[in-house]
Amino acid sequence: MRDLRAVLLVAFGFLAAGILGANAKDWTTVRIATEGAFRPWNFVEGGKLGGFDVELAYELCKRMNVTCELMAQDWDGIIPALQAGKYDAIMAAMTITPKRREVIDFSRTYAVGPHGFAVQKAGPLANLPGAGKSLSLTKDADEAKKVVDGMRDMLKGKVVAAQVSTTDLAFLEKYFGDVATVRSYKTTEQHDLDLIAGRVDLIMTGVTALNATIEKPGYETLTLAGPTFTNDVFGEGTGVGLRKSDPELKAMFDKAINSSIADGTLKALHLKWFKTDNSPKE
Amino acid sequence: MPYFELMGFGPLGWGWYMMSAAGMTLAVSLSALAIGAILGSLAAAAKLSRSRVAYGIADAYTTVMRGIPDLLVIYLFYFGGSLAITVIAQRILQSNQFIGVPSFLTGALAVGVVSGAYQTEVIRAAYLAIYPGEIEAARAFGMSRLLVSRRIILPQLIRFAIPGMGNVWQAVLKESALISVTGLVELLRAAQVGSGSTRQPFDFFITAGAIYLVLTAVSTWLFHRAESRASRGVRRA
Amino acid sequence: MNFYLTTLVKLLTGVPLLLQLVSLSVSLGALLAVALALMLRSSLSPLVWIGRAYVFVFRGTPLLVQLFCIYYGLAQFGAIRNSFLWPILRDPFWCTILALTLNTAAYGAEIVRGGLQAVPHGQIEAARAAGMSGVLLFRRIIFPIALRQALPVYGNELILMVKATSLASIVTLMEVTGIAYALASETYRHVEILACAGLIYLSINFLLTRGLALIEHRLSAHMRLPKLVTVDATHY
Repeated sequence: MRDLRAVLLVAFGFLAAGILGANAKDWTTVRIATEGAFRPWNFVEGGKLGGFDVELAYELCKRMNVTCELMAQDWDGIIPALQAGKYDAIMAAMTITPKRREVIDFSRTYAVGPHGFAVQKAGPLANLPGAGKSLSLTKDADEAKKVVDGMRDMLKGKVVAAQVSTTDLAFLEKYFGDVATVRSYKTTEQHDLDLIAGRVDLIMTGVTALNATIEKPGYETLTLAGPTFTNDVFGEGTGVGLRKSDPELKAMFDKAINSSIADGTLKALHLKWFKTDNSPKE
Repeated sequence: MPYFELMGFGPLGWGWYMMSAAGMTLAVSLSALAIGAILGSLAAAAKLSRSRVAYGIADAYTTVMRGIPDLLVIYLFYFGGSLAITVIAQRILQSNQFIGVPSFLTGALAVGVVSGAYQTEVIRAAYLAIYPGEIEAARAFGMSRLLVSRRIILPQLIRFAIPGMGNVWQAVLKESALISVTGLVELLRAAQVGSGSTRQPFDFFITAGAIYLVLTAVSTWLFHRAESRASRGVRRA
Repeated sequence: MNFYLTTLVKLLTGVPLLLQLVSLSVSLGALLAVALALMLRSSLSPLVWIGRAYVFVFRGTPLLVQLFCIYYGLAQFGAIRNSFLWPILRDPFWCTILALTLNTAAYGAEIVRGGLQAVPHGQIEAARAAGMSGVLLFRRIIFPIALRQALPVYGNELILMVKATSLASIVTLMEVTGIAYALASETYRHVEILACAGLIYLSINFLLTRGLALIEHRLSAHMRLPKLVTVDATHY
């Protein structure tokens, strides 16, 4: 029994030494997680991660003078794993919302993108009101309300969908939850497939992602419809998700993002991946 | 794309991808079975012991793990597992460093913990089936406890447990499909990736089903062989 | 404490759907299981082979794979999407019912077959000698004995089905697991919410186990010793 205790003590000692010794608070390596299933922000091609978030991650790490370690993580577990310490930052087209701010911290925004709807071209929802208009739910509140009311009539009894744990799902539940059936899916790909199959009548996600989806072969039957929205439930824009206990890392990211805005690199990346400049205006 | 080209081993084929995912399924299932065997043995020992406390803990373990859905256990380990271990590390070792629990281990642990509950019953039933007179006789001969375990108990335990273990293994193999929700690329997840990429879900899921069938059929045959071999020399009623 | 109570209340709203899924799939599955068991015991070898193949496939593949085949796989075919089956297969509820039914029928077939096999042939001979045949023979002799044998095992299958309904959450159905998952993804309090969901499943299974034990007790009255009645002689 005494021997067992001694052995355990020594084992613990080694474990503790190994862990304490490898303290990474001086940030030489930053592990960043992305979803890897949300074109064009992040995706997996040929076994490697690619996309806007991925390229920006490497760019920011260069500016922060650290080595980047990028990994893929399913969207539904991306925040819990950050809190558990599996990685140090999230760059996965994650919008900054008050709900998320309760559990994690964010860097400054590096993108602002509208959210919109996609439907089947040949379906009854192809002519949603407010087509093509870009509305801010806070600044254009009245017009937005009119369009939303018009949509509510058309969506009665229909099935609408968004990815779980997103601002899009919150929007659908808030404005259409009582007239339509709202379904949540684990990945955007799953609701895309069900839209094509006709199981759902409308999906909502970021406009950049919708454009990328429609361009894929086999998805020609889909089209964007209705208006696009920003602000309110959609938060202030996209930022890097960070633990609340890492303020130095947040400062490093903020500095790097600011410098990439200042010399136009961020804008160039936006134009490369989104064909439009969605970079923050301040 | 026609089915055999899609699943083939050519440049555009998904054959290698599915095969390696099948390998992952086997790997995670074997790990889960091993974890379950350890937990099952401990819990069976607890249930067979004279201690009311040990019995109570083991009983709670088997009741809970057999009463809640496997998907829920997997979600708990997936969302909370790393958290639990890191919290333990923080309290005991005063460290903020993450102790990595890769998704393979999360899945294997989750399925293993559930499987352990079923294995408890298999092992316990197998132990109770051993004729107590043999153990008495062995002790009367002067065999030490260890020798009795090695020469008398263990061989018979294994022989009696094989049918039950066969069922447990089949269950673990099929439960490994649920680990796909954690993102681990085992067979079902691979089929999902393939079907999303090519928009031919039926082909991929049928293939996955066929591979599972092969795995279960081979397993059944192997367990039958093991049972006959373990029962050689035993007089049948 | 308040959080846990509100979570439990929200999760309980998923129980009706869970009960619907279980009751519908188990009852339909039982009917199919009887048919399959008869096929397995029949003397026509094609029927036996079909039955064996069915049981082999549905017991040898994971339920989730079967569910995905039906939900995602069948939707791939335009022929199905344009047929009369589509309103049924379009709905995740019916896809899940179909998958659960087909799956439980395979296990049920073996259970029913075992139950029928357990009827001692001597009893059937005696009944035939007494002039019973057909429906009467089944109702008075075969069914009760087979039921007594099969019920404990089928009860186990029932509990497994209750747990299997949690897979419905993966195809967007909002039963208990689905609600727990959605709730947790909004509030990020995964462990607490999932633990509450586990509690609900445990309670349901506990009630089921007790209920089944009661039924078994009632059915096996003839195998128990009669209760001894003591008369107190001093009372007169």
